[in-house]
Amino acid sequence: MREQSTKKSELDLPVSLRYKETKRQKTGVFFRRKVGWLFVIISIIAISIFNFYPMVQAFLLSFQSGMGANLEYVGFDNWQRLFGDPTFIAALTNTSIYLLIQVPLMIVLALFFSVLLNDPKLKFKGFFRIAIFLPCVTSLVAYSVVFKYLFGIDGIINQFLLNFGFISQTINFLADPFWAKVVIILAITWRWTGYNMIFYLAALQNVDKSIYEAARIDGANSIQQFFQITVPMLKPIILFTSITSTIGTLQIFDEIVNITNGGPGNATISISQYIYNLSFEYTPDFGYASTVSYVIVILVVILSIIQFRVAGEKK
Amino acid sequence: MKKLQRIFIYTFLSLAAIVSIFPFLWMLVSITNKSVDVTQGRLLPGTHLIENMKTLFATVDIVPALINSAIIAVITTILTLLLASLAGYGFEIHRSRGKDIVFTILLLSMMIPFAAIMVPLYRMFGSISDTAPLIGIDSLGAVILPTATTAFFIFFFRQNTKMFPKDLVEAGRIDGLSEIGVFFRIYMPTMKTTYAAAAIISFMNSWNNYLWPLVILQSPEKRTIPLLISNLGSSYSPDYGVIMSAIVIATLPTALVFFLMQKHFVAGMMGSVKG
Repeated sequence: MREQSTKKSELDLPVSLRYKETKRQKTGVFFRRKVGWLFVIISIIAISIFNFYPMVQAFLLSFQSGMGANLEYVGFDNWQRLFGDPTFIAALTNTSIYLLIQVPLMIVLALFFSVLLNDPKLKFKGFFRIAIFLPCVTSLVAYSVVFKYLFGIDGIINQFLLNFGFISQTINFLADPFWAKVVIILAITWRWTGYNMIFYLAALQNVDKSIYEAARIDGANSIQQFFQITVPMLKPIILFTSITSTIGTLQIFDEIVNITNGGPGNATISISQYIYNLSFEYTPDFGYASTVSYVIVILVVILSIIQFRVAGEKK
Repeated sequence: MKKLQRIFIYTFLSLAAIVSIFPFLWMLVSITNKSVDVTQGRLLPGTHLIENMKTLFATVDIVPALINSAIIAVITTILTLLLASLAGYGFEIHRSRGKDIVFTILLLSMMIPFAAIMVPLYRMFGSISDTAPLIGIDSLGAVILPTATTAFFIFFFRQNTKMFPKDLVEAGRIDGLSEIGVFFRIYMPTMKTTYAAAAIISFMNSWNNYLWPLVILQSPEKRTIPLLISNLGSSYSPDYGVIMSAIVIATLPTALVFFLMQKHFVAGMMGSVKG
């Protein structure tokens, strides 16, 4: 009935351009638009219930306080409490340290690996690629436990360092505020560098080889080629990976809980772990936990906007 | 100079490969050794593998945990594939200005940190626990529901649907298929690779999910594999051989999926950003 009269390009046109159709066609398109909503409606409802509604709830909760289910509105008390809460300050500082060191370190490493592996003359390319990507198959909990043991006081890393004379006595990595953070940064970098590398490798394959050829003739060395050609070409994908990595690291939880459990003291605690502790480990204070969680929301929004700005500026 | 550069590149890549692979080798070696040998830094395969496995299955409830994780991962993946592909198809094929706006709003949910909605979700499932225990607190259903529909997979399917030849939709309509018939009879079979890629990502995410099951599951017999391993890892007198065995068993499914479907896996990752 409606099929034959439908123009092929009709679906690509915005609604406003479709007005010239006959009445019969119009009913067809109208019907199809209604049907279109049926395809998406379950997802819209589900995401509203399980994402947007809880977001609103958390916002309301952030102005309430009390133990367990006995909550009452307290205005901005929770927000004021944030600034005088040493555990929150520690969690915010630690998360910022992870973010500022780990994300750039990982992205630079991943870029570097992908450029090396993109060299057509390189041998064992497949092996190197799979080896570096391999950590991505592990679950966050599993590799965290492995790292905890690797860096334990009687762990293999200590024995290795001792045997080769790098240190004269074992380092208790996980009980030292500085080294514990280092271990966590190393662990996340180990797990995610290969993942980001795959994105860059795929993007590099789309870069026209003749550009490099031309640059070489003009006398550009490999470092100049990297900064003048590779980085600008990969900019969109670098933006994508840095935003996803930033959002991921801001929410870091699994690694902290399973490697150090936030310790020693609160030297490695992250914001997500603090929210979890406030809600389910200590006497539950859902209101204050929601206030802390909104700090992550605000950080995600601000950092994403900044990254978009920085990437857009140089265009 | 050129030669020096070569040497540097190979040394550097080899080092990176060793660092990446070493924890795996250590895991594999450790499951064949006694706990004492593991702590003494033994890096050679031993003969304790069967003993470790026996102890693991005798002392740790790993089988129920594997079953729970499998149930959750399979149902989540099926629901995700069905709902997200329906929506991705709807947003792209039945495009309209209204839907484009809704789509953009849905995408914003990708930026919501899970820690921010964990408490309201927990309270929400808590409030229905009495009336609907199957999806209440401490139920596998409650683990599945919030993770089964994510904007990421809708985005993923929409991006891949851009490659889907729209003429096929027309052809299906001419053949007298209903709109939903076009989806099931034409779109689904054509997009097999996209479904495969999404299935891998969804399965891995679900199999490895930790925070939400930790919040919502309480009784030990409901525990999933990551909860079990986390528990083993925090014990005071760990039997390293046994714990490593549990970790290897937990990693096997995702490692297998990865090696068998490597191409789809990478294609899937890329599918989420291209276009």
